[in-house]
Amino acid sequence: MTLLEITDASLSFGPRKIWDKLSFAVERGEFIALIGANGTGKSTLLKAIIGVQHLDSGKVDLEEGASLSYIPQHRTEDSSTPLKVKDLVRLGLDGHKPGLPLPTPAAKEKVMAALKSVQALDLANESVGNLSGGEMQRVRVAQAMIGSPDLILADEPLSNLDLNQQLAVSDLFELQRKQTEAAVLFVTHDVNPIIDYVDKVLYLAPGGYRMGTTDEVMQSDVLSELYGADIDVVRNQGRIVVIGTHDHAHHPGEDWV
Amino acid sequence: MPTLFDFSDYDRLIPLVTNSLIAGALLALVGGLIGVFVITRQLAFAVHGVSELSFAGAAIFLLFGLDVVLGSIVGSITAAVIIGTLGARVQERNSLVAVLMPFGLGIGILALSLYPGRAANKFGLLTGQIVTVDDPQVTWLIAISVSVLIAIALFWRPLVFASLDSSVAVARGVKVDLIGWLFMILLGLVVAAAVQIIGALLVLSLLVTPAAAALRLSSSQFWVPVMSIGIAMISVVGGILLALGGGLPISPYVTTISFLFYLVARVLTSKRFGIIGVGGRK
Repeated sequence: MTLLEITDASLSFGPRKIWDKLSFAVERGEFIALIGANGTGKSTLLKAIIGVQHLDSGKVDLEEGASLSYIPQHRTEDSSTPLKVKDLVRLGLDGHKPGLPLPTPAAKEKVMAALKSVQALDLANESVGNLSGGEMQRVRVAQAMIGSPDLILADEPLSNLDLNQQLAVSDLFELQRKQTEAAVLFVTHDVNPIIDYVDKVLYLAPGGYRMGTTDEVMQSDVLSELYGADIDVVRNQGRIVVIGTHDHAHHPGEDWV
Repeated sequence: MPTLFDFSDYDRLIPLVTNSLIAGALLALVGGLIGVFVITRQLAFAVHGVSELSFAGAAIFLLFGLDVVLGSIVGSITAAVIIGTLGARVQERNSLVAVLMPFGLGIGILALSLYPGRAANKFGLLTGQIVTVDDPQVTWLIAISVSVLIAIALFWRPLVFASLDSSVAVARGVKVDLIGWLFMILLGLVVAAAVQIIGALLVLSLLVTPAAAALRLSSSQFWVPVMSIGIAMISVVGGILLALGGGLPISPYVTTISFLFYLVARVLTSKRFGIIGVGGRK
């Protein structure tokens, strides 16, 4: 059975249309990169899947009993959260269950293992409010993975990280997918850090969307059509560089000054 | 002019305030505990709105010769449900509370003005009692405190998750709306209890000040509630004992002690004079 299926999702904010009949499916164990310009509703799509954003029309079907975890985009107001790092991670393990968070050895071991996997063991007793953006991002990854969810929704988990950390965190998502068959929906500006792991790319643009393998979607003609402008996709040593030439091009019907 | 502190008849007076001490200690326990969530859920101002409607309920029930505590509960639960339903966003909630608050206060004052009883009892609901809590009141307070404590213990983890990390909690399947409602009802119950002892106008000193002080000193899931309860306990029990001699309302003593705790906590953690860095770094 399909893990997640979005059917004909449409959403507008006032006069601004975000998506019109967006449909796609995510299978177990799939790694999907969600890419697109600002304002194309990448974060909103994750919120719609969680259920905090209502759609104008269309539906979101999640497999019965499937568990989700979510890595929100880093916000500065997180810095006032009165919680220790280890307790924030623990919430991802059993925060949804009733009762008190009794300090059992089993839970402690899991929390420490999760923090270790993101090289944040030394942050365990730190206040969440004292973390830097990059530290918070790694702690969020630990929190999302500790509960072994069926689907991980990650909103720009690589932001605030340096290149080495980006690669290390990307590796973690791949490892988690292999070990637990978790599906991953991964919002990113740059596909390169995860290019070796990604099964499919969902590209959102103001004029529509396209889903397919990286090679199918990340093409000059596909992106040019989506944006309605000239886009160059250049491949170099396994990396993909997208160049928006429309900034410089002479638009048809426009006079040079 | 009555004296502020007078301990001459202390051995004779203590037995008379046993009820107040029991009630005060219980209230400090639940008030200090729920206060932590009041702050993390950004409900400090909402508490004030709930307490004014609680006052209105109590005053109306008093006027019609009904149980004052029950009236207090009816008023505060009504306010809690209205705020919980209509005030999901902080900004909306603040205006809603500011609209409800004077309305509740006005209705309450009207009911009190029409009440033919003694004037001294009347304003106890607003500014606190003069160390007299009768047996039925203590029974109410025990019932409220025990139910709230049990409910918070049962819902602790999802309540913390929903309060501090709402969107992640939703993704993990926590019913944050339901938790929000449940919390408002518990808050309504605690406010109704607090109004009996410390008065509607001063409820914040018990439901917000101790937790605010504790949150300045720690970010530990264990120590914040423990310190908050401790500060509330010292404020209320200490306030009752100090008020005893002077024959004055307990409120000014309670509010002053809890305020001093907050002041000390701020100074200790201030950037310039502070000796405590929250969380161990910086």
